[in-house]
Amino acid sequence: MARKILDQQLQEVKEKLLILGAMVEQALLESAESLRKRDMKTARRVIATDREVNDRRFAIEALTIGLIATQQPVAGDLRRLAAILEIAGELERIGDYAKGIAVINLRMEDRPNPPVPGDLIPMAQKAADMLHRALLAFVNEDAEAARAIPREDDEVDALYLRIYRDLMNVVVCDPSAVERINWLLWAAHNLERAADRVTNICERTIYAVTGEMAEMDVTWDELEG
Amino acid sequence: MDQTALEIRNLRVYYGDFLAIKDVNLSIPKNQITAIIGPSGVGKSTLLRALNRMNELVPGCRTEGEVIFDGVNIYDPRVDPVEVRRRIGMVFQKPNPFPKSIYENVAWGLRINGFRGTRAQMDEAVERALRAAALWDEVKDKLHQSGLSLSGGQQQRLCIARVVALQPEVILLDEPASALDPIATLKIEELMRELKRDYTLVIVTHNMQQAARVSDYTAMMMLTGEEERSGTVIEFGPTKTIFTNPRDKRTEDYVTGRFG
Amino acid sequence: MTKGIQQTTSSERRALPEPFIFEPNLDRRKVIARIWESVALIAILLGIGMLLTLLVRVFLDGLPYLRPQLFTEFPSRFPDKAGLRSALQGSIWLMVLTALISFPLGVGAGIYLEEFAPKNVVTRFIEINVANLAGVPSIIYGLLGLGLFVRGLGLGRSLIAGVLTMTLVILPVIIVSTREALRAVPTSIREAALALGASRWEMVRDHVLVYSMGGILTGMILALSRGIGETAPLITIGALTYIAFDLRGPLDIFTVLPIQIFNWVSMPQEAFHRLAASGIIVLLAVLLSMNALAIWLRNRLQKRW
Repeated sequence: MARKILDQQLQEVKEKLLILGAMVEQALLESAESLRKRDMKTARRVIATDREVNDRRFAIEALTIGLIATQQPVAGDLRRLAAILEIAGELERIGDYAKGIAVINLRMEDRPNPPVPGDLIPMAQKAADMLHRALLAFVNEDAEAARAIPREDDEVDALYLRIYRDLMNVVVCDPSAVERINWLLWAAHNLERAADRVTNICERTIYAVTGEMAEMDVTWDELEG
Repeated sequence: MDQTALEIRNLRVYYGDFLAIKDVNLSIPKNQITAIIGPSGVGKSTLLRALNRMNELVPGCRTEGEVIFDGVNIYDPRVDPVEVRRRIGMVFQKPNPFPKSIYENVAWGLRINGFRGTRAQMDEAVERALRAAALWDEVKDKLHQSGLSLSGGQQQRLCIARVVALQPEVILLDEPASALDPIATLKIEELMRELKRDYTLVIVTHNMQQAARVSDYTAMMMLTGEEERSGTVIEFGPTKTIFTNPRDKRTEDYVTGRFG
Repeated sequence: MTKGIQQTTSSERRALPEPFIFEPNLDRRKVIARIWESVALIAILLGIGMLLTLLVRVFLDGLPYLRPQLFTEFPSRFPDKAGLRSALQGSIWLMVLTALISFPLGVGAGIYLEEFAPKNVVTRFIEINVANLAGVPSIIYGLLGLGLFVRGLGLGRSLIAGVLTMTLVILPVIIVSTREALRAVPTSIREAALALGASRWEMVRDHVLVYSMGGILTGMILALSRGIGETAPLITIGALTYIAFDLRGPLDIFTVLPIQIFNWVSMPQEAFHRLAASGIIVLLAVLLSMNALAIWLRNRLQKRW
């Protein structure tokens, strides 16, 4: 009760974080869909939105740093604020991935009909869904949910693997398509990375709620890279 | 609408020949909490007390410059300091309730300032002030007990109620929590956040963390001039800026604890 | 293991291990402490002893004469018929009137000097003089009273001349003690009042005086106690030693207890010396009951918060 200012402002930052999350989530879905439908207008909008995503991330950071500087948070409050800084950064990166997909779409604007894999949409949906629930878990301080979500990353990885194989088959049949296929592979890779970053968000949530620094999952491509 | 509650222009305060603070220029924003911070002996309290002419009570104290309040310089010879002090109230470092009942502590200020109203209206005014100071629930059953029977934190809130009762425009607080325990301190800070809706608050504190927690704007004071003997405001800005990205190196050193 | 430790003489005390740099010398220090304690004790015992001796002597001598006649009879040449009726009346009247006049004057002057007077050379001069007046021998005031009230104002050897003279004697004491009491009021209370937009007088009336009333009244009591024992100034203005009628008013001639006692002591007969002793007992009783009354008044006036 005696920390009303801190509590109020913490709530405010969390709300801002949710709004940022919703924007990024939508960007992820729209970028994949625009690629699938070859919709340049939406792609341009996604790119434009990314600037706002970046601005909002800085705003959240400034607010959080201000709170740390002025309110002397400790223990749970400090962990939450530290987590918010990290999560805002992760969201901004996920936003960059969405923007990246939109850019790929624009780059292929004049190319004839690239074979955009159908799995791209469910992959984006899965990643966006994980992101959505991860942010809810953070806001609700739900460590259990935060522990469960990273396990679903396997589904995303499986979809990525399928897209990878499909696209490789296309290259084998038509070597001239290699540039387009490479770009499409990048788009799928971006979605896969976005889901990985959701795992990071979950780790931060577990840290904020329990204080435990957990390494949730190591995906196969991280082992490679 | 004018957003400035107090406009301080070229303020200098002398104790005898000693120039305690010099050339302070500051606009205290309305309905905000402004903190004055700085090392001890820099003249924070002197600056605060210059804002309601309390310094005049110190023999040999002389003030130059202007403090514009409601369009009038409070140091104008035609202005009565008694009137100034009713409209610019003050809360002191040590809780100093009168050795009278809780009720009388609040009612006295109203009475001497010519409160026109019935007994019932006086009761109402006292209750309103005690509620505004977040003290009503704790004292409503013992209004006629001594103000000194309260705990330190309650006493300080009683002193705030006493000031609030007069409905001043500005409330000056001179280290209001330095004699209180941490919980009572946080209560006072929270109360200040409530009060800023209706009042402009200026707080002097040696406790940087408190200034950071509670204030919207911060004025940083430092000794300057030859031999570094006179204090002045070296930086003023939003509290967040002062504590995350101060412009002046000395402010940075002070807020990071690397001063001196 | 502990080379520096001093071997103490008291065998029952267990010494703690000492680092080399200290030499506690506990035994010597304790002896010195005990010596000084004893010196202080002897000092207080001496004082109490003398006082007791005095009281015992006075009571042994005076008790037989402490009978109703002492209060109902006027002075007489015959010890068996002598009483101090007129002296007791004089003393009580003198004290009551002196208190009524000196309280407002003394407290008022004290308040002015402490709270309102500008701090300048003139004020300093007055302050120093008041403080010095408190130490002037009372006979000097007697001479002043003789010149000013008895002759100058033509009041004669009346009670009122005595009252005014006595007021002069105790006024500096009251002023000084009032100022002390006012100075003891915490600055914080004054600041609190002024910061609420009070005038100086409102601050003094409602807070400073309330806070310091106990101290002011204590000073008043001490001053009056001094006054009741005074003889010299009253003799100087010509208070009589032999008065065989009741006091009828302030313009009447008068005598007081100390003068009566002094008169009896100077008589050759042993019986008068014993009467003097009983007079001293009465004087003490009046003094103590006046003090008690004043303390009771003070406690009633000053509600403790």
